[in-house]
Amino acid sequence: MTDRNPSFSRRDLLRLGLTAGAASLAGACGWQGGPLQPFLRGASRFNDLVGEGLTSHRLAPQYPVSARSRERDFPGYVRSHPLPPVDPATWALEVGGLVRKPARLTLEMLKALPRVSYTVKHHCVEGWSAIATWAGAPVSSVAALVEPTAEARYLRFDTFDSGYYNGWDLKSALHPQTILAYAFNDRDLTTKHGAPLRLYSPVKLGYKLTKYLTRMTFTAEKPGGYWEDQGYPWLGGI
Amino acid sequence: MTERPEPDKEEQEPEAAPAPASAPAPAPAPADTELSPEPAPMALEKPLEKPPEKPPEKPIRRPLVKRHHGLIRVTHWANAVLLAGMIASGLQIYHAFPHFGLRGGPYYLNHWDGKYFPKWARLGGWLAGGLNWHFALAWPFVLAGLAYLTYLLVSGEWRSLLFRPRDVPRAWQMQLYYLRLRKEHPPQGKHNALQKAAYTFILFLGALSALTGFAIYKPVQLHWLTALFGGYELARYWHFWAVWIFVAFTLVHVALVFLVDPASLRAMITGWYRGRFPSHD
Repeated sequence: MTDRNPSFSRRDLLRLGLTAGAASLAGACGWQGGPLQPFLRGASRFNDLVGEGLTSHRLAPQYPVSARSRERDFPGYVRSHPLPPVDPATWALEVGGLVRKPARLTLEMLKALPRVSYTVKHHCVEGWSAIATWAGAPVSSVAALVEPTAEARYLRFDTFDSGYYNGWDLKSALHPQTILAYAFNDRDLTTKHGAPLRLYSPVKLGYKLTKYLTRMTFTAEKPGGYWEDQGYPWLGGI
Repeated sequence: MTERPEPDKEEQEPEAAPAPASAPAPAPAPADTELSPEPAPMALEKPLEKPPEKPPEKPIRRPLVKRHHGLIRVTHWANAVLLAGMIASGLQIYHAFPHFGLRGGPYYLNHWDGKYFPKWARLGGWLAGGLNWHFALAWPFVLAGLAYLTYLLVSGEWRSLLFRPRDVPRAWQMQLYYLRLRKEHPPQGKHNALQKAAYTFILFLGALSALTGFAIYKPVQLHWLTALFGGYELARYWHFWAVWIFVAFTLVHVALVFLVDPASLRAMITGWYRGRFPSHD
């Protein structure tokens, strides 16, 4: 197409060269994008949407128990040092927002719900992976209890970990493998992994799997998220 | 594919050729105004082709021919920029977990295991920045690749570029020539058989990079693809290896442009070539 005007490609090359130069300078300074930040965020959103289109919300593959990673190799991140003490006997999950029957669910009540257990691979946004067994109550079962209204499109999860919070779309939250986990490798969840209750799903990156839950709120507006607000992909599906 | 009309199409341009650099005249040669790096290197090439007792006193002005379509040129340079950005942001992502294998190891053989890359080589500043850059550049990279492949197929250009079984003996002859075990340069079309092998390989590598990238991006939803590469951890490993093959290829590629065929640089910029190799099969 550019054959008729070869000077076009020269100018184009110059432009490319300038971009390359700028890109390497940017790399040199650890530049995060500056004025390009909105573009990068936009690209991330586009990416999320394409990713969502690609995904059929299929179930994550399961592994034999023998494939589990050693527990000391499965890290757990926390923001608070130290975490505020929580008494599992008095702790409860507040479920509210755009629902017909708000509820306060104790661990006993959650354990009385259908139990989903799987041995799956955990994918961290950092690039590491590890295998473990998780068990808990499906978010869909909790949703059935509280009956979200038609306007509810998102779920916001709050924690007692220094304001760490997260937002999920309802479709992902109601995925059959999305659970409120209370057990890790056949035992009660430890503090390291989010006791007394954490969100878990093998089809999302680790930072979406909110630990130390206190509250679950159905909303019409898209909630942010601790990491998402800083630039991580919002959907984080894998 | 429309050929450009007149001026450059005359086979032999009668205009006085610039004095080659081998003439010891200190006066700057009135080189043509288009940025063309050729006069000096041409003089270098000459002795390989002509008997030594006839130094290049009367240079032949080679014809200027159309060598690369605009789409080839645009995707070529776009790739150069996109790959540089993707490698730099990829090294930023690597920074977050500089190992390959399930957490806790054993980790796969990797010279950079547990090591970090210098700040100047990384793009994005931190993990999320690196990821956002990587994804923002990944889609244009895939699109440029698809546009290029489509062009190759539709134009028939693949015939002069892709390495085929018939090129095996030709590649061997070319190798012999490079090793000085064969005197004459084997006949060739637009590319010699070794070039075909290299360009076919790099296309394959580009596809491998994109596919392993998708395998890491959606290891659950594209589980079949991830499994094809041996699982998530191995897909990540191959994705990383592709970087170093790209880097090595680029270094050799650029070196050969200047050592063997400097006129090809102009061809990749403007599309027009005045060099010693054929531009069509």
